[in-house]
Amino acid sequence: MYMSERDLKGYWRKNLRYLSILLTIWFIVSYGFGILLAPELNHIRMGGFKLGFWFAQQGSIYVFVILIFVYVYLMNKLDREFGVNEEDA
Amino acid sequence: MDVQTWTYILVGITFAIYIGIAIWSRAGSTSEFYVAEGAVKPLTNGMATAADWMSAASFLSMAGLISFMGYDGAVYLMGWTGGYVLLALLLAPYLRKFGKFTVPDFIGDRYYSQIARTVAVVCALIVSFTYVAGQMRGVGLVFSKFLEVDIFWGVIIGMAIVFFYAVLGGMKGITYTQVAQYCVLIFAFMVPAFFISIQMTGNILPQVGFGSTLSDGSGTFLLDKLDQLHTELGFAEYTSGTKSMQDMFFITVALMVGTAGLPHVIVRFFTVPKVKDARISVGYALVFIAILYTTAPAIAVFARTNLIETVSEKPYEEMPAWFNTWEETALLNWVDKNHDGIINYGPGSAITGSPDIKRDGLEIMRGEYNEVLVNNEPTSNSNELYVDRDIMVLANPEIAGLPNWVAALVAAGGLAAALSTAAGLLLVISTSVSHDLIKKQINPDISDKAELRYARIAAAVAVVVAGYFGINPPGFVAQVVAIAFGLAAASFFPAIILGIFYKKMNREGAVAGMVAGLLFTLAYIIFFKIAYPELNTPENWWFGISPEGIGTLGMLVNLVVSLAIGMIYPDPPEEVQEMVESIRYPK
Repeated sequence: MYMSERDLKGYWRKNLRYLSILLTIWFIVSYGFGILLAPELNHIRMGGFKLGFWFAQQGSIYVFVILIFVYVYLMNKLDREFGVNEEDA
Repeated sequence: MDVQTWTYILVGITFAIYIGIAIWSRAGSTSEFYVAEGAVKPLTNGMATAADWMSAASFLSMAGLISFMGYDGAVYLMGWTGGYVLLALLLAPYLRKFGKFTVPDFIGDRYYSQIARTVAVVCALIVSFTYVAGQMRGVGLVFSKFLEVDIFWGVIIGMAIVFFYAVLGGMKGITYTQVAQYCVLIFAFMVPAFFISIQMTGNILPQVGFGSTLSDGSGTFLLDKLDQLHTELGFAEYTSGTKSMQDMFFITVALMVGTAGLPHVIVRFFTVPKVKDARISVGYALVFIAILYTTAPAIAVFARTNLIETVSEKPYEEMPAWFNTWEETALLNWVDKNHDGIINYGPGSAITGSPDIKRDGLEIMRGEYNEVLVNNEPTSNSNELYVDRDIMVLANPEIAGLPNWVAALVAAGGLAAALSTAAGLLLVISTSVSHDLIKKQINPDISDKAELRYARIAAAVAVVVAGYFGINPPGFVAQVVAIAFGLAAASFFPAIILGIFYKKMNREGAVAGMVAGLLFTLAYIIFFKIAYPELNTPENWWFGISPEGIGTLGMLVNLVVSLAIGMIYPDPPEEVQEMVESIRYPK
């Protein structure tokens, strides 16, 4: 069963919305916390880590991993919702 | 048993495994050779991608680099992982749906143009050759350091192994050997890290350990201790770094975008059965990569602290045995500038260039304190110690006094990292020749069998060429890594993104954009890195962007030119727009 033209547009729009939200987080954590705001965040400590340093060398990588898995989850759900998931193929 | 015997045993076992896998997974068709029939399980693909991605540089050099760069080393940590988010969200699922064999395939079909395809092939070849030469060099280095084999023979053995499984098995053989190589390399990287983390901080997890207090009971945090040591010796604080903020920013973008645009990484996502699998396998890949990438900064801190505490302000005669071993390999050197017999360590380089050992015939010449003498001119600053950054990972087990088998394990891991990446790159090179050039441009009627034969011949030729560069490295190998990422960022990435997300992007715009981005980036890097290296200082850079970060600007040039030129010319044909529409939906 194929989706109508309008449904497809809806699928794509939702995908783009997920993308923009996730990429905004991606940008804020790595470029924001890790680089641009790092000097300020370095005044805050987390154990032996200065926070800006931690985001640059540890935290951003963990967030990257989480972002991908969240995207996978959201898209699998979206695929099912719009009937474009490959299992039924 | 000594390190060398252990190394022979471990390297021998791992090589036997790689060859066994190669024989088991021979490729019979071009589809098997190029993309392993598109039947690889996502978890397997994730592991293979991680091995494909993590090269000799990630394994051997990165922790050492970070150890000398401190906070600034984050450009590599974030730059070489953040690109995977872009891959998962913006590239992999769509390219998988497109469902062909190579990146030039996509560029050529999407922009309905042989010129676009050719530009893409040329970029893929430059990027891959640049990269592969460095891998063969890494293989040679490990062999010569650990097995005392000549670099020449080291590279020959490495070539023979890669030849065997890449030429025979193609993508199928490479995928399964890469899985084995990932296991070897991650085990080899983590074992010394666990040991040293316990030793220094009492915490087994290095990721937590380097933020903990020292195990000497002083209650001081390791990082505070290191910052203090740095300040005392006149270095910038370890956790603050010295690069300007805009340069950090631009280098990180260039590396992230470059990662997402590297053909040997992208092609891995053509090997899974479904769009869904492509998405999740990027996730698995990043998990496997993150294990090493979050450990590397911890190793950097441990090694840096250990090094300073062992050598700084200590008499040369009290140095442990490893100091002399590494002096003899010219990776470590001490020039007693003030003739006090004590190692004075500080900022700046101790000598001009890298150590060139003074010899009398074959005999190494030694000084007053039995130190190895070099022909290099000492510099005018007070630093007396030359440390090659590569020894931080190689020598780490010895510096920390770990058992011999751990050091041997590091050698086997370094080889696994170099071989797995080399194989992935060789495959891109051979596919570019047999598929993108011969099948798609020169002789479209070629049979599958003949194409497969060309693919094997191309892989074989590529192995030999790579080996040649491994034995006779062009002086600019280190510099050209910047080129590989810059080019990928400035050429492929914008063309693919626009191809997926902007339906009206036409052939004229894309080709003009790729060429403009490419030429701009190449010109800037060649100007500063090869033509006028003496001008390569922040005052001369545009907007304070180093050649390492210029790919980011190249990417923007590409985007602007593509969009501007694209407006002048007509929209792409209807069937191309339909194709773009179709790759956006999994089914």
